Amino acid sequence: MIENIAKVWTQYWNLFLTGLGYTLLLSLITVLAGCVIGFFLALMRMSKWKVGNVKPLSAVVGMFVEIVRGTPLLLQLYFFYFLLPDLVYFWEPSKFTCITIALCLNSAAYVSEIIRAGIQAVDRGQTEAARCLGLNSKQAMIHVVLPQAVKNILPALCNEFVTMIKETSLASTFFVGELMTQYKTISGALYLTIEPLIIVGIIYFVVTFSLSKCVLAMERRMSAGD
Amino acid sequence: MTDKELLKVENLHKKFGDLHVLKGVTEHITQGEVVSVIGPSGGGKSTFLRCLNLLEIPDEGKIYFEGVDITDKKVDINVHRQKMGMVFQHFNVFPNMTVGQNITMAPVLLGKKSQKEADEMAAELLNRVGLLEKINEYPKRLSGGQKQRLAIVRALAMEPDVMLFDEPTSALDPEMVGEVLAVIKELVKTGMTTVIVTHEMGFAREVSDRVFFMDGGIIAEKGTPEEIFGNPQNPRTKEFLGKVLY
Repeated sequence: MIENIAKVWTQYWNLFLTGLGYTLLLSLITVLAGCVIGFFLALMRMSKWKVGNVKPLSAVVGMFVEIVRGTPLLLQLYFFYFLLPDLVYFWEPSKFTCITIALCLNSAAYVSEIIRAGIQAVDRGQTEAARCLGLNSKQAMIHVVLPQAVKNILPALCNEFVTMIKETSLASTFFVGELMTQYKTISGALYLTIEPLIIVGIIYFVVTFSLSKCVLAMERRMSAGD
Repeated sequence: MTDKELLKVENLHKKFGDLHVLKGVTEHITQGEVVSVIGPSGGGKSTFLRCLNLLEIPDEGKIYFEGVDITDKKVDINVHRQKMGMVFQHFNVFPNMTVGQNITMAPVLLGKKSQKEADEMAAELLNRVGLLEKINEYPKRLSGGQKQRLAIVRALAMEPDVMLFDEPTSALDPEMVGEVLAVIKELVKTGMTTVIVTHEMGFAREVSDRVFFMDGGIIAEKGTPEEIFGNPQNPRTKEFLGKVLY
C-alpha cells in the first residue's frame, strides 16, 4: 500500500497541488469576502433603527443567519448552483462563480456572528467612557471599541478559515477543481480509492493543523501583549 | 461661589421597564458648587448622575446645561458632553492605549488640541496626580487607584466645566481609596463644579457645599453637610446615616 501511495504521488503530484491551490484560493476568497460582507451584516444586526416595534435591518440579517446556520452547506451549494444561472438573463456564471458565491454568503453569516460577538464582548463601559469624552457613536466604535474587538475576532476568524478549507471539499460535488475533485479524477483514472484518499487526507491535515497551531500562537501573543 | 446656574434639572423621571427609578427630581447646581449624592443602593443616585450627561435618556423632564436644554432632540449632545467630565466606578480606562494616549485621544480627535499640545498637557496632568513616570505604560500595569487617577485626568483633559463622579472609590481596594480622594480634593480646591455619588461619608462631609440624600427615586433631603450629617430631619436619612456611620 505504501508503495502504491508513493506511486500515485509521483504520478499525480501536480494534480494534488493544483487541487490544494484551488482549495486554498476558494477558502481565501470565501473568508475575505465573508469578512467584508459579514462586517456589514454584523453592523446591520446591531443597528438600533426601529420601525414601530421591529428593527427591520436586524430582523432581516437575523433571519438570514438562522437560515444559513439551519440548512446544510451542500444544500446551499445546490441552491446557488441551480438558481444563479436562471436568475439573470444575460449573465451565465461559471460553476466556480456559483459555488464561490454560495460559500461566501455562508461564510458571511458565520463571520457576522463572530464579529458581532467580538464587538459585544467589549465592555459597555468602554463605549460609555468614550461617549462621555464627547466622541459620537461612530468615533467611539472606530477608535475605542473596534481596536479592542479585533483581539476577540481575529483568532475566531482564522479558525473560520481553517473550517472553510475543510468545507470547500463539498464543492467537489460540482467538480470545481479543488482537492476532493482531484481525488475523484485520480481515483477514477487509477481505479484506486484508498491510496489517493490518504494523500488528500494528509494534505488537508498538514494545512489545517499547521494553521491551527499558528492561530494558537497568535492568540497567546495577543493575550501576552498590552 | 457665584450664583450662576450650571445645571438645572426639572421633574426628571426614568424607568427601566417596570422599575420606576427616578420619580421627579427637580434641582439645580451652581457654578463652582460641590455636591455629594448619598443614599441607599437602588435609590436612584447613579441613575440621576448618568442622566445629567444623558448616558441614560430620561423618560420625562428637562435638563439644562449652561442654559441649553440638552434633552431637546435637536441638540448635539456630543458637543455638550465635551464640557462634562465623567469618572466611573470601574475606571473604564482604554486598555489598548498607553496612559498618555488615554488622555490625548479625545482632545486630538475632536480637534481641541494638536497632538503636541495634548502631549504636553498629558504630561502636566499626569505630573499633578503623580503618574508621570507611567505615561508610556499600558493600563494593565497600573493599580486600581492609579487607573482611577488616570480616568480623572483623562476627563480633565477635555477641560470640562463640571465633573461627575459615579462612586469613584467603590471598586478600589481600601488602601487605594485615599489616593483617589486626595486627587478629587485637589480638584475641588481649584473651583471645579463637582457632582459626586459616594459612599465615603467622611469625604462627602468634608468637601461638599451641599449634600443630597436620595431614596426611592427622589431627593428625600438636601442641605449643607452640617445639616445632613449633624441634624438630619427626614427619618429615612436618619436611618441610613445610623446604619453607615458607626
